[in-house]
Amino acid sequence: MPSSDNYESVVGKASAEIASFAGRDKRLIDRFHHALHTTPALVPLIVLVTAIIIFGLALGTRFFSPFALTLILQQVQIVGIVAAAQSLVILTKGIDLSVGAIAVISSVVMGQFAFRYGLPPGFAVVCGLALGTAIGALNGWLVAQMKLPPFIVTLGMWQIVLAANFLYSQNETIRSQEIAEQAPLLQIMGAKFEVGGAVFTLGVVFMVLLVMVLAFVLKHTAWGRHVYAVGDDPEAAELAGVDVKRTLISVYALAGLICAFAGWALIGRIGSVSPTSGQLLNIESITAVVIGGISLFGGRGSILGTFFGALIVGVFTLGLRLAGADAQWTFLLIGVLIIAAVAVDQWIRKVAA
Amino acid sequence: MEPILKGRGLVKRYGRVTALDSCDFDLMPGEILAVIGDNGAGKSSLIKAVSGAVIPDEGTVTLEGKEVRFASPIEAREAGIETVYQTLAMSPALSIADNMFMGREIRKPGWRGKWLRQLDRAAMEKMARDKLTELGLMTIQNINQAVETLSGGQRQGVAVARAAAFGSKVIILDEPTAALGVKESRKVLELIQDVKSRGIPIILISHNMPHVFEVADRIHVHRLGKRLCVIDPKDYTMSDAVAFMTGAKDAPEAA
Repeated sequence: MPSSDNYESVVGKASAEIASFAGRDKRLIDRFHHALHTTPALVPLIVLVTAIIIFGLALGTRFFSPFALTLILQQVQIVGIVAAAQSLVILTKGIDLSVGAIAVISSVVMGQFAFRYGLPPGFAVVCGLALGTAIGALNGWLVAQMKLPPFIVTLGMWQIVLAANFLYSQNETIRSQEIAEQAPLLQIMGAKFEVGGAVFTLGVVFMVLLVMVLAFVLKHTAWGRHVYAVGDDPEAAELAGVDVKRTLISVYALAGLICAFAGWALIGRIGSVSPTSGQLLNIESITAVVIGGISLFGGRGSILGTFFGALIVGVFTLGLRLAGADAQWTFLLIGVLIIAAVAVDQWIRKVAA
Repeated sequence: MEPILKGRGLVKRYGRVTALDSCDFDLMPGEILAVIGDNGAGKSSLIKAVSGAVIPDEGTVTLEGKEVRFASPIEAREAGIETVYQTLAMSPALSIADNMFMGREIRKPGWRGKWLRQLDRAAMEKMARDKLTELGLMTIQNINQAVETLSGGQRQGVAVARAAAFGSKVIILDEPTAALGVKESRKVLELIQDVKSRGIPIILISHNMPHVFEVADRIHVHRLGKRLCVIDPKDYTMSDAVAFMTGAKDAPEAA
């Protein structure tokens, strides 16, 4: 071998060890940083517990009672379900602005199919769920196959679906009483049951189950790992053997299905089928996701974080209302939380040294 | 001896640009074949043609005596041709084990794997740990740490281990030392020798002549879209090789 490459031989003999980092600095802040890096749901959990403790101390049993605490669950159930769908999409570095519209049109289809066409309520519900899934799949197809930016696709879909919703329903509300008499299945998600002062609805149970199932699927199935990989770096995922397009389409379709379930839960919550309901679901779901610590840059965060994020909003809303504060304080504080959450996300994304 | 991977008369045109001009290519079993060439000579196109990333307009690729036509890198990988890309193709936020098994996860046996489609994390972590240990890479303490917390050399090591882990027949390494420091390059070169000692042939694309001359058994010199010559690093100097690939010197008659 020519002598010109001998400069390396010295290094070769010097050390048989692979270049490795110095041991981790065990200062408390670094360990905390590391814990946050590996368990992203920790921040919203801490905020949630702190908020519950503070409101509990300030308001006493008015807030810190099974009734009030489960009331929070009831109030956040719709947002919680929609935010679960939003989480999936945001994990793939996307965003879904059409979630609220999908939820509403699905609830309208369930109502109108049952009442306008007199179809069996069970079949009407299935049709509503199918429609939500189909709209989601169309979003996914436009994003994955046509390579359009998710923001644009879902901004357009939001308008299209909302307009279709008003045109189809002729802006007509189906009254709660009629539903209760003729198609109680539509309201079943609002069915209440009590456990020692704590009041739950089927919608709440559904939300909790959904979060648990999604947490399992994201962590323990290949599909879940692929969702993260696609959000992290789609080209790398593709080269590593992930079917990126199929993963994206399935994520948007599943988000659509979950939103349709939210639409069903919405009927249970408000009693009636109203095409004008759920207008704030987009923003509220994104808020829950962001406060829950899911990175808008994709690939980081957990569904549990979103759940905590939704609960944080619920705790602030109810707590401040019970304290007699102006509702604007709630919005102000949530605004602060959103910015703080993103700042924390940036800090966490810095790799622990 | 019959080549394990063979290209004959490969042609690839991009519009009016001819990237491969009826190019031949041979990889013998168990060897390290370096592919060198100037920028734009068509090295990447050649490698992409045999690894399924581009479909050649003309010509044939033969793997173990059977003609193959890959429509995607995934198909090539299924046939046993693993490519370690310069970008490494890893998801930074996911763990080493997750990355090693990305796209070919192992499911739990029994109903939990079948009905819940639950992954067998323990098995995947064990296999990942074993593979890294075999290749002398267990200075990585934790198989569950995120890939982004690894150094450049360690990442390269994980990418090579992933390629070597799945019973592959051919490993293609694209500029494996380009982004690394001297010490880490050394480790990766040792890793390449280690993989070779397991009998897996390697195609090494590199601009680094000292590295090429150190590890390669034969050097494929690529020029103007075709194979100019194949030289033995023991018979020629680095300046000869550079002269061949830039056209400063005529190619030797018999390769």
